[in-house]
Amino acid sequence: MEHINWIHNIPFFSIFLAMLGGIITALINNGKIAYKIHMAIIFLICIMSGILLVDVAAKNEIFTFMMGHFPAPWGNELRAGPLEALMAVTFSVVMLLTVGGGANFVFKDVVPEKQHLYFIMLNALFGAMLALIYTNDIFTAYVFIEINTIASCALIMAKGTPQSMVGTTHYLIISLLGSGLFLLGVSILYGITGHLLFPQMKEAIVELIKTEQYHMPLLVVTGFIFIGIAIKSALFPFHSMLPGAYGSATPTSSGILSGLVLKSYIILGIKLIYCVFSAQVMESLRITDILFAFGLSGMVMGSVYAMKERTMKRMLAYSSVAQIGYIYMGIGMGTRVGVTAACFHILAHAVTKTLLFLCCGSFVEDSGGKEKIYHMRGAALRNPLAGIGYTLGALSMIGIPLLAGFISKVYFATASVYSPGKMAAVLIVLGVSMVLNALYFLPSVIAIWTPAKEALNSPSPSVSPAFAVSVIGFIALNLILGIYYRPITHIIQISLDLLAQ
Amino acid sequence: MNHLETNFYEAVSVILFGIGFMNLLLQNNLIKKFIGLNIMDTAIYLFLAAQGYIFGRVAPILTDGVIDASYYINPVPAGLVLTGIVVSVSITAFSLALVQRLYKHYGSLNMDEIMRLSREEEGE
Repeated sequence: MEHINWIHNIPFFSIFLAMLGGIITALINNGKIAYKIHMAIIFLICIMSGILLVDVAAKNEIFTFMMGHFPAPWGNELRAGPLEALMAVTFSVVMLLTVGGGANFVFKDVVPEKQHLYFIMLNALFGAMLALIYTNDIFTAYVFIEINTIASCALIMAKGTPQSMVGTTHYLIISLLGSGLFLLGVSILYGITGHLLFPQMKEAIVELIKTEQYHMPLLVVTGFIFIGIAIKSALFPFHSMLPGAYGSATPTSSGILSGLVLKSYIILGIKLIYCVFSAQVMESLRITDILFAFGLSGMVMGSVYAMKERTMKRMLAYSSVAQIGYIYMGIGMGTRVGVTAACFHILAHAVTKTLLFLCCGSFVEDSGGKEKIYHMRGAALRNPLAGIGYTLGALSMIGIPLLAGFISKVYFATASVYSPGKMAAVLIVLGVSMVLNALYFLPSVIAIWTPAKEALNSPSPSVSPAFAVSVIGFIALNLILGIYYRPITHIIQISLDLLAQ
Repeated sequence: MNHLETNFYEAVSVILFGIGFMNLLLQNNLIKKFIGLNIMDTAIYLFLAAQGYIFGRVAPILTDGVIDASYYINPVPAGLVLTGIVVSVSITAFSLALVQRLYKHYGSLNMDEIMRLSREEEGE
């Protein structure tokens, strides 16, 4: 019997552990215990993914893990390389900090009898996101997309207010349209390639392109799958589900949904581009150009909508639309440097937007549930830690040096040089979008630091230690990504090379 | 025209998919919306089942000791359909629970009406 590397079991074990957590939590009728189990599981997964990342990055390898007893063309597989491991580590760290810092919001917003259900959904969501990162089989990806959808809808409606129910309905309907298109695309693709595993599909597609068979179905399928993914990840014309859902949900849910769930679909998309369709096919079918155009318009329009918003959470939701636009712009450049920038921006946005949502939730709580930006005047003076967190997050989104957002913008600008036809558009829109970012983030930053008369009399709220740790952790992550970015971009680059093989 | 005849089931299922998709997108009544969702999903099951079936062959259950693969149809699409049905049932259950709660609160199934009432509530 050949020697089995135990590290290769980590991807499967992480997904299994998260799902098992959901099942165990279902048996426990106590929110506090469910919370502790959830935190322990994420912590464990975080450490395991860290070990996996160190191992695969050092060996520079990508491996597949066979699920069940059927070998490659028939069975189900997971596949992990440096990119997957890096994303898993980031997702678990962000999840740990968000749930840790945001637990108070959950215990406050969700009725006590249903608190353990919230953590079931968090476990299921986390497991589904890990599965989307690791999977090597397109139908498994579809199933986990749906699990992701149900879990995220449950997280939005957990608050139980009528607004959150309306937001959930909107989110659910748009998401279902996206997954329906994805499923149709997958079915037709299975029909013309005869496979469900990524590597075998890629071989079949290369063969189809070479023999010029099924050109039209291939184009339609690629369109269905990528429009499906674009709808799920709220790319600009399909963004209408975000503001209502994020605006009405618990800040913890909003942070996780905006920071991680949207990204998990994009990571799946990147894996599909490299492992199934290959960059050349995407280029020849002109799909990258379409994603590029949508991405650019999202960058501008998301910011324009955000400027018009008076509610802080809805403003952050529209800001997410703009940031998703950045990521698709990177993918749409069609070069490996562009995708590297996009991957880095996924990380940068994940650590920044969750921080912003948590701080915003804390401001709303301090001002007695009022959500408009002008109600938050002086909020940062009452709660300086959240104020500093929000300010740094906003500066990072605008693109101030030393913070994560700056590096990703530098990378986008550099990447544009490698795709000459798109360089002018990228640089102009990048500039415009940064100015727009500043135009809507700075007023809110100024508002929270402006002293308000009535606020001076009110007692200053106590900050829970978990929230403080989480905000400091996020600020540290932002600075790490902003200063020691080289090793991270190096890992992304080598893993994209490995994926494309 | 020849292609249409050979791919009759596929063509019908894509038309059904379109009907379901437009219902899910445009219907105002929430129940009808989710009926649209089910039409959309069922269309895909028809598509997959039609892809997997080969005329003149039998279900892949070993009978009379024939182990030649050319005697049986492809079992994978059937597996996919089953998985898809499970997914679609759970999503329908979730959506109907949501619709029920919305109806209890707003007393309407019309999405426009619900949006209007929700905006009025927020404006207060």
